[in-house]
Amino acid sequence: MSLIELKNLSVAYGSNVVLRNVSLAISQGEILTIVGPNGSGKTTLFRALIGSVNPASGRITRKSDLNIGYVPQRLHIGTTLPITVERFLRIQRNSSWQSCVQALEKAGIRELAQKQVSDLSGGQFQRVMLASALLTQPNLLLLDEATQGLDQPGSADFYRQIEKVRKETNCAVVMISHELHVVMSASDRVICLNGHICCQGTPEIVTSDPEYRALFGTGTGGQLALYRHHHDHVHDENCDHDHSKISEQ
Amino acid sequence: MSLLDDFMVRAILAGIGVAIAAAPLGSFVVWRRMVYFGDATAHASILGVALSLALELSVFLGVVMVALAMAIAVTLLSRREYAMEILLGVLSYSALAFGLVAVSFISGVRIDLMAYLFGDILAVSRADLAVIWLSALAVVGLIAYRWKALLISTLSEELAHANKIDPKREQLILTLTLAITVALAIKVVGALLIAAMLIIPAAAARPISRTPEMMAVLAAVIGASSALIGLCLAYVIDTPAGPSIVCVAAFSFAATNLVSLASKR
Repeated sequence: MSLIELKNLSVAYGSNVVLRNVSLAISQGEILTIVGPNGSGKTTLFRALIGSVNPASGRITRKSDLNIGYVPQRLHIGTTLPITVERFLRIQRNSSWQSCVQALEKAGIRELAQKQVSDLSGGQFQRVMLASALLTQPNLLLLDEATQGLDQPGSADFYRQIEKVRKETNCAVVMISHELHVVMSASDRVICLNGHICCQGTPEIVTSDPEYRALFGTGTGGQLALYRHHHDHVHDENCDHDHSKISEQ
Repeated sequence: MSLLDDFMVRAILAGIGVAIAAAPLGSFVVWRRMVYFGDATAHASILGVALSLALELSVFLGVVMVALAMAIAVTLLSRREYAMEILLGVLSYSALAFGLVAVSFISGVRIDLMAYLFGDILAVSRADLAVIWLSALAVVGLIAYRWKALLISTLSEELAHANKIDPKREQLILTLTLAITVALAIKVVGALLIAAMLIIPAAAARPISRTPEMMAVLAAVIGASSALIGLCLAYVIDTPAGPSIVCVAAFSFAATNLVSLASKR
């Protein structure tokens, strides 16, 4: 049985329909990547999975032991609020010190427990968010553009940590990302979303799909191939295509 | 002690009451960068004074109503194309000006106006004191009751959604407590300096705090001692009471920042 299953799900904010007829099932241990232009409903899809927005129509079936850990889009936490990493983790759920340390260890940042959140680097902070998501020992981990704003080594490190967590806990991982070349190479399955599901399948199938090409251009396909052949040069994220333009169509 | 009898004791108790209500709320004002919002609400209170005098209502009630209306107006209008601080500036000074004009229509209030602008802490009556402390306890109680949800939605709205907290509701609670605090503080420090009592003690507590609770408690300690020392100074060297309290708070802001600078060296 799948961890969570969406059947013909539609979500609307007022009269604005953000998701139309989305059907999707997520099973234990798989890594699923959701790609799509800005405003294509990716974050709304996450909110629907979590249950923080109500669907306009359709059905969501959750396995009884489903436990979701959520790493949101890079948060901007003001430096005026004094709070330690440990407290930051424990305030959201009333976790014990023990489980807090375990989560920090899984995220690879045990030594940051007593640091002030305002003193963390971007990469450190994202790992704190990962630790926070791991606190409840989830079997489904949702990552919403978790590496946005990190540099290439930083984001590669982050994904390695995710891979490690998946191996240790066999949780399913669903991630939204714009870093197509990185996430696609690590995914079992890719869904291309633009209000509805344009296409889905293995990374190879999706990148050769005409609807995907229409959204992202063929340049990305080349990028993916490049990564898969493990060329040793560093690939610049800011290459010839621009995702932000897509949303303005 | 006979010289320090009644009116001085009442003044000190009133000052401490305001400091205690202002500390946790002021921390949120600092964390959420709502400083102008606090200012606008405080300035609007003069309009509230004018209306309650005209309608012969209790000043406290009138100020709460107008402060709430102001806060709601800001929230509703903030979706337009002005930057927030422009909108707040326009509303804040308009409310102050309209308030001053409105007060001028009411005969016999002209002398009192200074008291509402700058506070009249030495004239605090027993009834005023009861209102100040009851509403201060209500403010602190409400914030304490919602503390965790308020903190999480202050950290990040996205985080609040992830924890099934509605950040708009928490914002509303802060708005409500802000209106009450403005109303209880107007007699003590006056409309022009209410925002100072919110911001300065909290900002002074920031560099020496490691947790949010510590910051709120230290802000209360700093605010209360500023009230105490400021009032004593006012009494000894005959300076206006409300501004004296704010001056002491400003010194403590400088002091904690110097201490934290020195300890980082």
